Amino acid sequence: MSFLVLIIVFSILGLLLGFVAIRFKVKGNPLVEQIDKILPQTQCGQCSFPGCKPYAEAIAKGEAPINQCPPGGEAGIAALADLLGVDPLPLNEENGVEKAKMVAVIDENTCIGCKLCIQACPVDAILGTAKHMHTVIESECTGCELCIPPCPVECITMEPVHETLALWHWQKPSDTEDKAN
Amino acid sequence: MQFTTSNAPFIAPENSVQKMMLWVLIALLPGIITMIWQFGYGVLFNICIAVSTALLAEAAILYLRGKPVLPAISDLSATITALLLALSLPTLAPWWIPFVGAAIAIIIAKHLYGGLGYNPFNPAMIAFAILMVSFPKAMTVWTLPQTLQQAGFDFSSVLSIVADQLPAKEFIDAVTAATPLDELKTQLNLGKTITEIQQADIFGQYAGKGWEWVSCAYLLGGLWLMYKKVISWHIPVGLLGVLFVIALLFYLLEPGHAPSPLFHLLSGGAILGAFFIATDPVTAATTIKGRLIYASLIGLLTYIIRTWGGYPDGIAFAVIIVNMAVPTIDYYTQPRVYGHH
Amino acid sequence: MKLWRFNGGLPALAEHKNESIHLAIETAPLPKQLIYPLSQHIGAAATASVNVGDRVLGGQKIAQANGVISAPVHTASSGTVVSIAEHPIPHPSGLPAPCIIIETDELDEHLAPSPIEDFRQSPISELINIVREAGIVGLGGAAFPTATKLDVQNKSSNIQTLILNGAECEPYISCDDRLLRERAEKVIEGIDILLYILGAQQAILAIEDNSPETFKAIQKATAEYANPLISTVKIPTIYPTGGEKQLIKTLTGKEVPAGHIPADIGIVSLNVGTVYAIQQAIVEGLPLTTRIITITGDGVKKPHNLEAKIGTPIKDLIDCCNGYTSVAERLIMGGPMMGFALPTDEIPIVKASNCILAASSQEVATEKDPMPCIRCGQCASACPASLLPQQLYWLSRSDQFQKAEKLNLFDCIECGCCDIVCPSHIPLVQHFRYAKSAIKSQRLEKQSSDKARDRFEAREARLAQEKAERAERSRKKKEALKNKEKPTLATPKAPLPSDNVEN
Repeated sequence: MSFLVLIIVFSILGLLLGFVAIRFKVKGNPLVEQIDKILPQTQCGQCSFPGCKPYAEAIAKGEAPINQCPPGGEAGIAALADLLGVDPLPLNEENGVEKAKMVAVIDENTCIGCKLCIQACPVDAILGTAKHMHTVIESECTGCELCIPPCPVECITMEPVHETLALWHWQKPSDTEDKAN
Repeated sequence: MQFTTSNAPFIAPENSVQKMMLWVLIALLPGIITMIWQFGYGVLFNICIAVSTALLAEAAILYLRGKPVLPAISDLSATITALLLALSLPTLAPWWIPFVGAAIAIIIAKHLYGGLGYNPFNPAMIAFAILMVSFPKAMTVWTLPQTLQQAGFDFSSVLSIVADQLPAKEFIDAVTAATPLDELKTQLNLGKTITEIQQADIFGQYAGKGWEWVSCAYLLGGLWLMYKKVISWHIPVGLLGVLFVIALLFYLLEPGHAPSPLFHLLSGGAILGAFFIATDPVTAATTIKGRLIYASLIGLLTYIIRTWGGYPDGIAFAVIIVNMAVPTIDYYTQPRVYGHH
Repeated sequence: MKLWRFNGGLPALAEHKNESIHLAIETAPLPKQLIYPLSQHIGAAATASVNVGDRVLGGQKIAQANGVISAPVHTASSGTVVSIAEHPIPHPSGLPAPCIIIETDELDEHLAPSPIEDFRQSPISELINIVREAGIVGLGGAAFPTATKLDVQNKSSNIQTLILNGAECEPYISCDDRLLRERAEKVIEGIDILLYILGAQQAILAIEDNSPETFKAIQKATAEYANPLISTVKIPTIYPTGGEKQLIKTLTGKEVPAGHIPADIGIVSLNVGTVYAIQQAIVEGLPLTTRIITITGDGVKKPHNLEAKIGTPIKDLIDCCNGYTSVAERLIMGGPMMGFALPTDEIPIVKASNCILAASSQEVATEKDPMPCIRCGQCASACPASLLPQQLYWLSRSDQFQKAEKLNLFDCIECGCCDIVCPSHIPLVQHFRYAKSAIKSQRLEKQSSDKARDRFEAREARLAQEKAERAERSRKKKEALKNKEKPTLATPKAPLPSDNVEN
C-alpha cells in the first residue's frame, strides 16, 4: 500500500517538475554570445584561436579553459568564472602575460608603405594605402600586436596609451590593513 | 612652493579599536572584582593563565603567518577574548582548562579564519563549547560563593587545586557546589517544585547567592559601555528582553516548574553575554534591525537550552548557533537607502 | 518651521570657523597672471575664442560654451593672452589640462557692463540667457551650469520650493557665511530674481545654527526686502547637512528619488554664492569673474576670506594672507572632508574653488594606518545616505563591482562620515572612489571593445565579400572560356604540321 502511495507521489512530483521546466524555461542569450561579451575583443589570437568569437565558442563547448586570454586578464577570468559557475583559474602564462593597455605606433620615417600591416590588422585600425604613409588610429587600436611581425622594416612599436583626464581613474588603496592582522 | 599629497578626508578619526577594547576592559572591572570577591582566587588564576596564553598564542601565530606582531597584540582584542573566556570558566578549573581554552580561541577560532575581523564565530564561546564538550567533569568545578564558604579558602589551597594537585576529597566537597542553574535543572528533573528547590542555601532572593552580585556588577559595566556608545542598546535589550518575556510566559503558565524571569536574567552568563559576549562586533549582526533579531534569537535559544537542553547554561551555544545565521540576517535587514523605496 | 532629520551624519565634528570668520572680506590684488582652465564645470569643456597675442578686457568672454551642458569663461581683468596650452589644474589626478593664460597689464580696463533696471520687465528666457552668457555655474562645489538647471520650463516641471543653501557644513570654510553677513541684501535680491524665473511658491534660505550673527544679518535683509515668499531658517549644525540631498530632506522631509534630480520633486536648490553671482549678472550686468574664497588653516599667517579673481594662482592668494607659516604641511582645495590635496601653489583657483586650506600636520591626519574591519557598524550609523559602507568596503576590496553597484555604490556622496567614525581607520571613501572609478573605466572599455567587435565583424564581412566577388569573377571567366571553346569544334581543323609530314 505504502509503495503505491510512494509511486503516486513521485509521479506527481515528476509531472510537476516537468511542467515547471517547460513553463518557466528561461530564454536567455546563447552562451557563446554571453562569453563573447566578456572577452575584450582584441582579436589578437594569443588564446590560440583566430579571434575572440572562436575562443568563446570553444569555451562554450568545453573545449578550452577560461584562462587563456591575457588582454582580458584576471578580471576577465573572474567574470567568465562567474558566468559559467566555475572556479576562476590563474592566467595561463603560456598564452602571454597581462600587460597595461598598449597601442601600436608607426615610425613615419621608416615606413615604406607596403600595406602588410594594414592587411594584418583585425579591426582596420591602420590608415594608409600602397606607397603612401601608414598610420595607426590610436582610438581604434586594441593592442593585439598582430601588425608587428609582418612589417619588413620593423617600424612599429607598442607604446602605453596616453593618460588623459577623461581616462584617469583612482588607484586602489593599498592593502595595508594586513599589516595589523 | 611644493607639497606632498594624500587623500581626503583629512581629519583624523576619533575612535580606534584599541580605545574601544580599553573601554570594554574597564567596563569588565566591576564584574571581575566581584567575581574574585565572591568566588575566590581561582578566577584570578583563570584570568592570568588565559590572558597570557592568548597573547603568547597570538604572537606565535602572527609570527608563523609572517605578519607584524606588535600592532596586533596592542589592539587588546586577544586580551578581551581571553578575559571573557576566563570569566565563563568554572572558578576552580585546573590550569590546563584556561590554557587550552585560550589557545583554541586564538589559534583555531580566530587566526585560522584569517585573524581579527574575519572569524565568523565568537572565539571565546567556541573555546568554551569545545572545553565543555571535551572535558565535562573538569568544567563543573565551581566554588561556593563567598557568603557560604565555611572551610578556609586560602591562596595556597586554590593554587594546589589549580595546579591539579588535588587536596582531600572532603575539602573539595566542602568548597565546591553546582551552580544555581545546574542545581535547578537537576532538581526539576527529579520532580521537585521551584519553591522547594529554592529553599537550598545557594539560592538568594532572586537568583543564586553571589551570582546576583556578579550579574549586577556586569550590568553596571554594561550600562556604562552603552553610555560611552561603545555598544548600542539593541543587543542587550533584545537578548535580555526576549529571555525575560519567554521566562515570564512559562513562569505564569507553569508556576511551580519554571523559575522566575528575574532568576533567568541574573543567573549564569545572561548579563555577561548580553553586554559583552553577544556584542562582539566581529561576529554579531551589523544592521540595526539585524541586531535586534540576532539578540532575540540568542535569548530564545538560551532559554530553550537552559530548560530542555543538555547543559545548565545556554549562552555559549546559543551565541555560536546564531553566529551562523548572521550573514542571512544582515542580508535581509538592509536599511532603506536614501531615495529608494 | 518644521525640520526633519536625515540619517547619521557627524553632529560633533569640530567646525574651525573661528580661524577665518571674524575678518571682513578683503579684495585680493590683481595677480601678474590669470590662468583659465577651459573646463571649470560639469559637462563639455569650453572652446577658446581668443588667440595668443590678443589683448582682452576685463569681463570679456575668452572661451565659449560647447553644447547645452557647458559654460563660457570670462577674464577678470585686462591683459594679453600669452598662451593657450596645458597647465596644471586643480584636480586630484595632478594631470594638466588646456588653459588660457593671460598676462595682466596694470590698467585693469573693463568692458562696459549691461545692467538691468527692473528684471521683471525682461522675459524669463532672456534672464536665463544672461545667466548662461555670464558663465555662472554652481559655486558650492558642484559647478553644474546654472542656466541649464534653471531652464526647467522646457522640462514642464512644477517648481514649488526654491532652497538657498547657506549651510556651509564643511569645517574651515566660511566664505558663504561672510557673504551673507556683508552682502545679504544682494543675495536676497538674487533670490527674488530666481523666484521670478522659476515661478516657485516659496524660497527658504537656510544656514546652520552655529552662526547667530549671520542669521541676524539675513533676517534683517529679508525683512527689509519684504518679499513674503522668502523665509530664513536655522538648521542644526550636523555635517553634511549642506549636501543637497540632506538639505532637501531637512527642510522639506522629502527625499530626491534615486537617479532623479530635485526638480523632479518640485525643488531647486542653489548655493548662496551662485545666487549672488546671478544678481551681479542680471542687476549689475557683470559676468562671473570673481568669487569669495576662504584661505585658512595653521599654514597661513592671516587666515580670512578674499574676493579673488577666478584664475588667480593660489600663491598670490597666500601672499595676500601674509604668506605661509613654518608648519604648512598640506595645501588642500576645498574642506578637510571632501577637498583634495594639491602638489603645488602655482595652480589657479577655478569657479568652484570655495576654500584653500593650508594645513599643518596637527590639523590634518597625513597618513592612516588601517587595521582590519571589525564589523562594528558605526559606518552605517553615520552614513547620511543610509548605505552599508562596510559591505561596500568588502565588495570594493575584492573587486566585486557588480554587487557593489547593486548595493547602491553610486548613491554615495563621498562625504567622509564613515571614514571619521571607523575605529579601524580604514580609508573607506578611497575604496568607494576607486570602485566607482573602476566601474566607469569598465563601462568605457566595454564601449571600446564593442566597437572593436563591430569593426572586426565588418572587416570579416568585407573580406568574405571580396572573396565571394573574386570567386564569382573567376567562375564567370571560366564560364566565358568554356563558351569560347564550344564553337571551335564546329570549324574545320587547321592542318597540323604532322599531316604534311605524313603526306
